[in-house]
Amino acid sequence: MNYISIKNNQTVPIADIPVLDYQQFRETNISLLIKHSDRHCVNYFGYAQGNSIKLICCIADDSTHEICISSCIVDPSKKFESMSSKLLCFERFERELSENFGITFVNHPWMKPVRYSYNRADKSSVMDNYPFFNIDSEELHEVGVGPIHAGVIEPGHFRFICNGEQILHLEIQLGYQHRGLEDLFLQKKNLLQRVTLAESIAGDTVAGHTSAFCYLWESLSGCDPKPEIDFYRTLALELERIAIHTGDLSAICTDIAYQLGSSVFGRLRTPIINFTQEWGGNRLSKGLIRPGKTQFPFTKELGDRLNEVLNTYEPDFNEMCTELFKLPSALSRLERTGIVSYEDVLSIGTVGMSARMSGLTRDIRTSHPYALYPQLNHEPILKHHGDVYSRAQIRREEIWQSMSYIRQLLKNIPKSKTNYDMPNKLQPNAFSISLVEGWRGEICHCAITDSDGDLAVYKVKDPSFHNWLALALAVRNNEISDFPICNKSFNLSYCGHDL
Amino acid sequence: MLDNLKILYHQGKQFIPNVKTAKVPGIFRGRPIISTQKVNETELANLCPMHAISSNPVAIDLGKCTFCGECALQYPEKIKFTTDYKISTNERERLIVKEGDDFAIEVNPAAVRKEIRQIFGKSLKLRQVSAGGDNSCEWELNAANNVQFDMSRFGIEFVASPRHADGIAITGPITQNMAKALEIAYNATPDPKVIVLVGTDAISGGIFAGSPALDRSFLENHKVDLYIPGNPTHPLTIINGLLDLTRKKR
Ligand code: SF4
Repeated sequence: MNYISIKNNQTVPIADIPVLDYQQFRETNISLLIKHSDRHCVNYFGYAQGNSIKLICCIADDSTHEICISSCIVDPSKKFESMSSKLLCFERFERELSENFGITFVNHPWMKPVRYSYNRADKSSVMDNYPFFNIDSEELHEVGVGPIHAGVIEPGHFRFICNGEQILHLEIQLGYQHRGLEDLFLQKKNLLQRVTLAESIAGDTVAGHTSAFCYLWESLSGCDPKPEIDFYRTLALELERIAIHTGDLSAICTDIAYQLGSSVFGRLRTPIINFTQEWGGNRLSKGLIRPGKTQFPFTKELGDRLNEVLNTYEPDFNEMCTELFKLPSALSRLERTGIVSYEDVLSIGTVGMSARMSGLTRDIRTSHPYALYPQLNHEPILKHHGDVYSRAQIRREEIWQSMSYIRQLLKNIPKSKTNYDMPNKLQPNAFSISLVEGWRGEICHCAITDSDGDLAVYKVKDPSFHNWLALALAVRNNEISDFPICNKSFNLSYCGHDL
Repeated sequence: MLDNLKILYHQGKQFIPNVKTAKVPGIFRGRPIISTQKVNETELANLCPMHAISSNPVAIDLGKCTFCGECALQYPEKIKFTTDYKISTNERERLIVKEGDDFAIEVNPAAVRKEIRQIFGKSLKLRQVSAGGDNSCEWELNAANNVQFDMSRFGIEFVASPRHADGIAITGPITQNMAKALEIAYNATPDPKVIVLVGTDAISGGIFAGSPALDRSFLENHKVDLYIPGNPTHPLTIINGLLDLTRKKR
């Protein structure tokens, strides 16, 4: 076998992962993916081993619910045929490997910096000399936006090439948010510090990233999360989904200048995040999720409160949705704006909502089950047009779905409060992977331990890592004035990408 | 149109009438109170992931604290977090809460530059710059302007261009890659101008303090006018802090 198949949240000895030569490694992973829309690359990363770089590639198979892991050791001074020349979904992973370690991938379609990490191989490559694609034309013009944008949002630079009002091409330069986060996971030795880091990967996906970290940590230290811990995490994840989706519907309304929708959805987010605060003391669930313990017990009273919150949220939400989704002036801005086709999302390997908008089922809750999703019988919500309208509809329907899941969960609140001793030692020389479906899509954390049982590698992948390219494709041939609404309808993470 | 009016009617009044006295629901970790009870201070200090707790006397630096609540869970008799969200100040030392302290954290009026209250007393426009912010404080800054918190009723708003702004509100630990853009935005803001740090990450670097990917030299070269702690900061902390800085006490 050229790879080892493992389940989500499974830990294996690193020695069990087959080490191939690069040629074999490349062929294995390409053949795993080609003509298999039910498989995709969830992570592909490298780390230094002496003077060589060890590459690890993780391909998830949604039908068998397994993840195929293969590895390879390369000399970074040599040249390697890129995988992206065959499959575009490896594009950003290879750029990252090249940026971090100086590996040359030949026949890569778009070899450019990813995030200008502080310890990148080539220090002469700096933010200011990013090699933008440009065009020598009298008719076309370029528009540069950012890193600082008009609203209160994170920084990134967008460079448009336009024909009049029409966008022909968009290139997105990221990296402004790079905080050296993955290395800090290794430098900070205390578990609480590491959880705090996980909470700070993306402040709008605290439940998502912290759950991924905790499942990974529990798996590496060999303790099974107890059912009540799964209950808390499922609840926190679905509350986060409702809150952010509601906020996004508000942002979409803002960008089509529909004031009422903007205000109503904007204020409807508040009771949801206020409930999270009632439960754990923080509106964005920071401090709530910890490995091996239940920090804040979820009582029957909290359950009643949450039912009450949802019961008052729902009619207001539905009333506003009914109005928005039948308003001709709103629909004319949402429909057929910012389309990404099924073929495109498949080839670039988008995940989560940005895949489901175009009819591609990518949902870890069913494909690689964890927490309480198996017993909720989760069914992914699919749309088929890949436009802003599809992305808005998915949000509306996922909110309904999340509310029904939460109500089911609340019928059976497990007894709390339990504290389990978290062994501080992890299994030595091991590899583990954790996949969690955050509201944006699939979050993937991978870790490798050293012979002392401490973290040697920590790799974070936010869904945005796959999905930024989808935004660049979505705006092609749209008017530049539709860029904001396209951007908001994806709502991708800058800090989650830049790390 | 009629449907829109109906929705408007159903929504009723949403704004919080008094942002100074409004209560936050449930538990909330605002200003801590540290009792004088004896505990093993070294253990307590070592527990904090942020090194925000110092000993003899026990004190918590809210500029470093991520409000994770761990200290209060482990030492409930020693440390309690109150729901007091008014924790912004213009003097860095005031963010350090000591054993036995139980008084409001406030802006020291004597240390506020005269022009701030003269010029920005009724209107303050800020350009927000996220420099490695994790998007949590950014969300709360946006929330401060939603229909509930409605900060713009006080004439405080965020603007798109630094040239229209009276100051810069910084979130995030300030990354190397964003340091230059921050400096440019600050320089583009006309004088007189204020600098506001929003969130623990901006004030001390937070969990990222010491990371080689940061460049916090901006803060060495410029004086900060207001510290708004929190992880993320609560909208009420933001609004009260900005009001406290710009308004004269009646
Ligand atoms: S709440 Fe603040 S002081 Fe207490 S442990 Fe957490 S970071 Fe430290």
